[in-house]
Amino acid sequence: MLVTQQEQLRADVTALVDKLGPGRSSLIPILQSVKSHYHGVDADAMQIVADLLDIHPVEVYSVATFYAFLDPAPQGEFVVRLCRTISCELAGKDAVARALEGELGIGFGETSADGRFSLDWAACMGMCDQGPALLVNDKVYTRVTPDTVREIAAECRAAKSGHTAERKEGYLV
Amino acid sequence: MSIETQGNALTFATIDGDAGLRAALALSRADIIDTVTDSGMKGRGGAGFPTGMKWNFCGSEKGERKYIICNADEGEPGTFKDRVILTEFADLVFAGMAIAGRAIGAREGIVYLRGEYTYLRSHLNDVIKKRRAAGLLGKDVGGVKGFDFDIIVALGAGAYICGEETALIESLEGFRGEPRNRPPFPVVAGYRYAPTVVNNVETLASAACIFAKGVDWFKSFGTDRSTGFKLFSISGDCAKPGVYEFPFGIKVADLLKEVGGEDAKAVQIGGASGTCVPRDQFARQMAFEDIPTGGSVMVFGPQRDMLDVAENFLEFFVDESCGQCTPCRLGNVKMLEAAHQLKEGTCSAEYVAQLRSLSGTMQVASKCGLGQTSSNAFMSILEHFGDEIMSRPAQAESARTTA
Repeated sequence: MLVTQQEQLRADVTALVDKLGPGRSSLIPILQSVKSHYHGVDADAMQIVADLLDIHPVEVYSVATFYAFLDPAPQGEFVVRLCRTISCELAGKDAVARALEGELGIGFGETSADGRFSLDWAACMGMCDQGPALLVNDKVYTRVTPDTVREIAAECRAAKSGHTAERKEGYLV
Repeated sequence: MSIETQGNALTFATIDGDAGLRAALALSRADIIDTVTDSGMKGRGGAGFPTGMKWNFCGSEKGERKYIICNADEGEPGTFKDRVILTEFADLVFAGMAIAGRAIGAREGIVYLRGEYTYLRSHLNDVIKKRRAAGLLGKDVGGVKGFDFDIIVALGAGAYICGEETALIESLEGFRGEPRNRPPFPVVAGYRYAPTVVNNVETLASAACIFAKGVDWFKSFGTDRSTGFKLFSISGDCAKPGVYEFPFGIKVADLLKEVGGEDAKAVQIGGASGTCVPRDQFARQMAFEDIPTGGSVMVFGPQRDMLDVAENFLEFFVDESCGQCTPCRLGNVKMLEAAHQLKEGTCSAEYVAQLRSLSGTMQVASKCGLGQTSSNAFMSILEHFGDEIMSRPAQAESARTTA
């Protein structure tokens, strides 16, 4: 990571710590924000968060790797998560999965070479009555069909960045 | 984003939660707890612990700081009623939290909202803001001098296990969501080791209803041992999936008729950690004394392969086990392997018997509900559909869909 990027990251995390307080319970909200804006939580970010919260970086790593939405691995701007639980499966999840793989050109667990999309599975998202359901970042799509997959992908490609909406609303409370 | 849930008319829509809050604030703390105890309400999350008892334990603890946590980490597969409650009746939930706060002496309430429901956060914060402006949160709630109570919304990060109350507390504190040893129970030492009540979203909304309409009204629904009405999340092979309200004690067959799923071969009640009820048991009741449930009902039509269902649940548990307890961490993997072997036709009846014994080990030797219940669905599917499963043609490994 470039020194300037590192400085930016440190400034961002410092601002978050100022806002949320230096206590341990700030760790998850901080990681959520870092993950959302930087699409991953790399070693530098973990070290910076650890320094500012006065905990060991291993603690940060252990928390980040525990939660599905905090996965430290670099992911695309648009993280597409398809629910794989039984109700969505009964509703036709497999066809949607194939359409997603085809449309985005990546398999589940992969990120596109241009860094735009990541594709992953999600556990039950509570949309069982209107499956198949998927999440694109925070946004929920229900009753998805192979046709709507193409629309969703086009919508994302047309958007400037996956997180414009969140930044506008203020990702943190 | 079009998230419209159908179902039948919900009682929640007819209740003024703030009338309930005002009625509760007119009572002494002990009377609030007694009212909830008298109502016989049991926790709506699925475990069915008596709510009044929980509030009483926490209320009788000494401590400057106490917490009310609303468990909105609705992760159980097939459950989505809390999503609907939070979307449409958030006021009722927050009124219930304030009542609980008054009862136990807490000043702070936390809604632990699952990461998948991030889109609901701004809505909940708006409702909280409005309630603060109306004097229903903040300083001197409802005009009661000295009763300060406020609510914040915390966001989960995609972990099913955080629906377990002690794992939820660990997560709120900024740790991995690994369940704690009990005792001490959260009512004694919960969030930040202060006495804490963790209640399901629906439990809190129902508490507000009890105060708005009275104990007798509440007890007029349901059975003697399972009082009140319950929201059911119904999905799968039925004509009208959605959120339905029924009194406790409703028969499975009656429920299926209501949602257009009469031809079901089996229903999974209570989500992935619940139990599979085959057609010949559809006369059973949904109530804590017969089939306990958090309200999840997944309907499986006659064409469904129940082994696929078991495999799907086990994949879920292998993924979601926090890994602390060996029987759960490894047991679920063994169970999933066995489901694959059954598909390939390489699983002996003797091995199935060994799996039963493993399931028993997981039940007694896992710390939390996940490991204690994760093999239930597979075991009940094997029990009821064993012949169908053991006699199915072998399926090559490559033919299985990978998910």
